[in-house]
Amino acid sequence: MKAFAELLDRLVLTPSRNGKLRLLVDYFRATPDPDRGLALAAVTGDLDIPSVKPAMLRALVMERMDPVLFAYSYDYVGDLAETVSLVWPGPEDETEGISVRLSDAVAQLRSAGRADGPAILARLLDRMTISERFATIKLVTGGLRIGVSARLAKQALADFGGVDVVEIEELWHGLKPPYRELFDWLTGKAGKPELSAAAPFRPVMLSNPVQDGDLEKIAPPDYAAEWKWDGIRVQAVAERGVRRLYSRTGDDISGAFPDLLEAMDFEAALDGELLVGRLPEHTGTFSDLQQRLNRKTVPAKIVQQYPVFVRCYDILQEGKEDVRPLPFIERRKRLEAFVGTLDPSRFDLSPVVPFDDWAELDAMRHEPPHPIIEGVMLKRLDSSYVPGRPKGPWFKWKRDPHVVDAVLMYAQRGHGKRSSFYSDFTFGVWSGPDDAPELVPVGKAYFGFTDEELRQLDKYVRDNTIERFGPVRSVRAEPRHGLVLEIAFEGLARSKRHRSGVAMRFPRISRLRWDKPANEADRIETLQALLD
Amino acid sequence: MQPHELLQPRPEGLYCPPGDFFIDPVRPVQRALITHGHSDHARSGHRHVLATRQTLDIMALRYGPDFAGSTQEAALGETLSLDGVSVSFHPAGHVLGSAQIAVEREGLRIVASGDYKRCPDPTCIPFEVVPCDVFITEATFALPVFRHPDAAHEIAALLKSVEQFPERAHLVGAYALGKAERVIRLLRDAGYERPIFIHGALAKLCDYYQRRGIDLGRLEPATMEGNNKAAFAGEIIVGPPSAFADRWARRFADPVACFASGWMRIRQRAKQRGVELPLVISDHADWDELTRTISETGAREVWVTHGREEALVRWCELAGIAGRPLHLVGYEDEGD
Repeated sequence: MKAFAELLDRLVLTPSRNGKLRLLVDYFRATPDPDRGLALAAVTGDLDIPSVKPAMLRALVMERMDPVLFAYSYDYVGDLAETVSLVWPGPEDETEGISVRLSDAVAQLRSAGRADGPAILARLLDRMTISERFATIKLVTGGLRIGVSARLAKQALADFGGVDVVEIEELWHGLKPPYRELFDWLTGKAGKPELSAAAPFRPVMLSNPVQDGDLEKIAPPDYAAEWKWDGIRVQAVAERGVRRLYSRTGDDISGAFPDLLEAMDFEAALDGELLVGRLPEHTGTFSDLQQRLNRKTVPAKIVQQYPVFVRCYDILQEGKEDVRPLPFIERRKRLEAFVGTLDPSRFDLSPVVPFDDWAELDAMRHEPPHPIIEGVMLKRLDSSYVPGRPKGPWFKWKRDPHVVDAVLMYAQRGHGKRSSFYSDFTFGVWSGPDDAPELVPVGKAYFGFTDEELRQLDKYVRDNTIERFGPVRSVRAEPRHGLVLEIAFEGLARSKRHRSGVAMRFPRISRLRWDKPANEADRIETLQALLD
Repeated sequence: MQPHELLQPRPEGLYCPPGDFFIDPVRPVQRALITHGHSDHARSGHRHVLATRQTLDIMALRYGPDFAGSTQEAALGETLSLDGVSVSFHPAGHVLGSAQIAVEREGLRIVASGDYKRCPDPTCIPFEVVPCDVFITEATFALPVFRHPDAAHEIAALLKSVEQFPERAHLVGAYALGKAERVIRLLRDAGYERPIFIHGALAKLCDYYQRRGIDLGRLEPATMEGNNKAAFAGEIIVGPPSAFADRWARRFADPVACFASGWMRIRQRAKQRGVELPLVISDHADWDELTRTISETGAREVWVTHGREEALVRWCELAGIAGRPLHLVGYEDEGD
């Protein structure tokens, strides 16, 4: 438990991806089975432990200390799990605790019933160090929130075993905690586990953005073009009675889409874009789709209001046949025939866009027939479906981003390599009457600039600070004095959470406008017009 | 004699009317008794200063030799008489030279403990319990959530990280007086023998500690030769916490920001400061040490100053001890 608790403590404060990978790999190396497998399950959200409600936790700690002192403590720390882990009367030797193995703790908690759950938890906490108590409380109250995605954990496994992450993704849904066969394979003790589960995830094929010179090297007749829809990439798999919907990183998101799963009465694996809307006419926006994302379950009312469908663009498995080795043009024929047999309110076909030359396609890319289109995809007709991001067979050619001129308002210090730089920038646009304009913040960006530009921005922030709050500085921003930033972004959604009423998707700083007077930056009305 | 007749809060600091002296005054006064060398307790410009040899030396290092009109050294455990008031200095275990000051008259003894801690510290003499009627305690970490682990455990975490990330420089933020030297000494105790690089602000005090017989091993200035960032990869650099947010920190290769402080117990604090490796090492007593110390002094009354007074006053109430906050101004809450 100690190593696991220390791992969590470090992960939560380590900003860099490589740093997190190193910590995970070292943990897998140093920790025996089954503990490492259980830790992995905890990180990926696959560890099933009956939950303890926060109220129960509070009651447990109240039996052990003065409520007034607890109130002062909780008020100061702000997080219940952390407060309880700190104030809990632990063992004599707080630094060492009384050794509890992660697997023992998990076994005890799993065997607990509703009645004896709190007592079992309390007995465990009595033996643990502060960090161990925190980790345990997080395990039973659900959600570690340590900034490690399942995808990153899989990458760490791949690094640990020296295999391709695609192999891990492919196996993943057939495996169960504590993943002993997986670790046996990764440590060379046994062969690769057999892929036995029905409806596994098939690692996806990804595209490269079109860059300068790319199009000169390829010929239009070799490629098919499709619209690039602004939804999320999914894989819908149904085999031998098992139906699953996967995200593009292989996370099982079936639970949130019962409406779609019901319509998956086929034997195949389809690749497509998940969108909200009512077919055949209506396709909803990305913010409509967001109503359905990041949920474990979904209320009936939301299902009604925001029905989902899949706009299919590839077929990977048809019945018993793995069709991935077939060329795109063959798969496309199969796909067209197959989608024709499916529920038309839940599945349709991503249309092929005919074009003769790049100039024509470029024009269409800029004037797409539907607002939910964010560009075009190019797929080589003779390419088979290969996992990863091979350069050449698939390209994405996105519509140019929106841009707006905004004024720098606040800057925050970055993390890791950027910890001595002000590198996270909040910017605003003008609102209010022309003679008394006021800046309203519309977004935050922390990339898009070069290292040299970052140095210039950092200097500007330090030279123009008017107030400091912890790691944040408020920067001078007035009509006659302020720095204009050109902000590029992919889209805009209405937001109740932001004072400006808008939220930007994927904002980044595209240019520093040292030349532009602050009062000539854009007004909020410019952004509002984009919403309609 | 009533306790408030012997010591009372004034805007300048804690004042003793019969002895006509202040303890740790925040403004220049005639006669000042100083518990330790941290700048919020030891200020320059007093007419006469009474403190331990080390505290006087540290004040001279920080403010120059003319920091006071005249000075007198207080030997630990020795009783002096100031206008009929008995005064004695006792080790506080906070930093080198730190002392508690016991003030006694007509059988009433008050101990002003300044800042203190109870856990072992290889750079200073351990705290000594002085039985008293009234105990004046600090309250920097006076909440049940503050429980400092064994410092050696935190140093082990630092050394493990150095091993795990050999291509990165580990920057340890530590206050210049006391914490920095303690961290360095603890690294040596853990068997770390490589040179340790220090920020310029630490040089004078580290040098002084070494002269007082506290072996800190080989220290080198964290200055750069040419533009070779990789030079600090795998090394440990110690500097004042403020420097790490500063441009100074840019000379290091992909640094791991560490901070040695009792505040690091709280995750959000570490997060806010951009600390990647918190080291919970404090020169102040934690909750358990505070409450244990109050009990051990046998004081019937406790005055609580600078920090989280309300929780400690509440604890006193539960323990049947008269506790009250002493509203002194000018002492920093953050100095750990």
